[in-house]
Amino acid sequence: MRVLLVILLLVTLPARAEEVIAGLSQNRVSLTVNFEGSEILIYGAVRRDGPLPEGSELGVIVAVEGPPMPAIIWRKARRAGIWVNTESQVVRAAPSFYAVASTAPLHQILSPDADLTHRISTRLAIFEARSAPDARDPAAFTEALIRIREDEGLYQSRDGAVDLQRDTLFSTRITLPKNIVEGRYAARIFLLRDGDVIDEYETVIDVQKAVLERWLFNLAYQQPALYGLLALALAVFFGWGASAVFRLIRS
Amino acid sequence: MQVYLPIAETSVNAFTLLGVGGGVGLLSGMFGVGGGFLITPLLFFIGVPPAVAVATGVNQVVASSISGVLAHLKRKTVDLRMGMVLLAGGLIGSVIGIWFFNLMQRLGQIDLIVQLSYVIFLGVIGALMFQESLRALLRARDPNARRRKLHVHIWIHNLPLKMKFRASGLYISVFPPLLVGVGVGILAAVMGVGGGFILVPAMIYLLGMPTKVVIGTSLFQVTFVAAFTTMAHAITNQSVDVMLAIFLILGGVIGAQLGTRLGLRLRAEQLRILLAVLVLAVSGKIAFDLLWTPSELYSISIPGRF
Repeated sequence: MRVLLVILLLVTLPARAEEVIAGLSQNRVSLTVNFEGSEILIYGAVRRDGPLPEGSELGVIVAVEGPPMPAIIWRKARRAGIWVNTESQVVRAAPSFYAVASTAPLHQILSPDADLTHRISTRLAIFEARSAPDARDPAAFTEALIRIREDEGLYQSRDGAVDLQRDTLFSTRITLPKNIVEGRYAARIFLLRDGDVIDEYETVIDVQKAVLERWLFNLAYQQPALYGLLALALAVFFGWGASAVFRLIRS
Repeated sequence: MQVYLPIAETSVNAFTLLGVGGGVGLLSGMFGVGGGFLITPLLFFIGVPPAVAVATGVNQVVASSISGVLAHLKRKTVDLRMGMVLLAGGLIGSVIGIWFFNLMQRLGQIDLIVQLSYVIFLGVIGALMFQESLRALLRARDPNARRRKLHVHIWIHNLPLKMKFRASGLYISVFPPLLVGVGVGILAAVMGVGGGFILVPAMIYLLGMPTKVVIGTSLFQVTFVAAFTTMAHAITNQSVDVMLAIFLILGGVIGAQLGTRLGLRLRAEQLRILLAVLVLAVSGKIAFDLLWTPSELYSISIPGRF
């Protein structure tokens, strides 16, 4: 038994000696007036003290997660001929953006246990609320959430999108679509062997509305009366001003 | 070129927005309609959340009617007393409408309510306009056709609390104009329209007001009710998008100027039929979306966002 343990240690020790270091092409994204989406290059290297361990494959997973938010998922049904939202299911927190890229299909390099501890796959990044007892088929709601956000480009799972060179250098590109919300986006990079996470690196991408947009948004939520007056002032100014200009041109 | 809308939190094409504003402005210049009832559904079609479309649409109404109301005030073609009564009703209606709007938003049914009211109102208005313009076409061909009597006293004018409206030459109960105002106020809050398309016929046929003060007085009521409703939406559900409004207003003002000149040159009766067909088409498209089995049965809403 003791001999077995020593052998096991010998096998796993070199694996622990592998470390991941990573960087981003940009760690600030500004949602300006003409924001059309952005592409972020995530790259890095594996540092190891010993020789390259043999017999197991090295896996890299890159996961970028936008600020989590609660959500309500509605299901439509036909009532009196028209399609109406009838049933709903609350999700306690779902990332507003979630992209997971990996060197190989997730199920090949990531064991279910490791997935559960690190919450890497899209399904596990979503925290469902304890489902209401009368809810039929609660899983369908979460699947719909993933499907809809995948269609909008907000959730992406891209197996094989991480390019790993000579078991040392890796890189991948994550596309942030135009409809992302602002906040701190966590970029996590996992190093895997035999289905287990052997090292993890985390960094942050700061997504912010540009100055004017941010100011307008904050004003709308913090000083709504002032914001309303601003909206009216602009309407009066442009509505009256523009026709005054046209009158001038005509006369 | 894309524009990022800070409240709707999405990007839309700037030229599409200018086009929507300009196209609707063109029509409103040609026909003298406000156009709010076309802007809001067109915004749905380009992917603006309905709540934002409604609140921003009503903000745009302020811009499109402000210079009109100033001109009418200068020409003294506004029945201020009648305008005040209609406005009082409008504010009450707007409060009711905003309450209903926010309630439906909490229940997750606001999209449905807005779409349903558009199907019904655009359908009815389009059909009436179509019929009216057909009749006008026929009348234009037959010069001996009978004219309709405008001012008829009916029982609702004799309700208590009678009031003299000198500019309109009326002595009627305050309840009919007050109720008309309430109805228009509710529509403004729920649909994001000025409500002129309901108000003008109601003033002519229901209240029996002379046509020379109808447009000015309705613009007066619409401007203030829209301004109040904009404030109410901004304060209660933060759904007014200033960036979106600016593009719509700019497009709208330019379109309206071109439309006014174009309208003088073209034959109104035939164009009116086209407008009716357009209104019916928009109504039909929204109805189709409600009736047809959607490709995605699920939708997501985020509490406190759109």
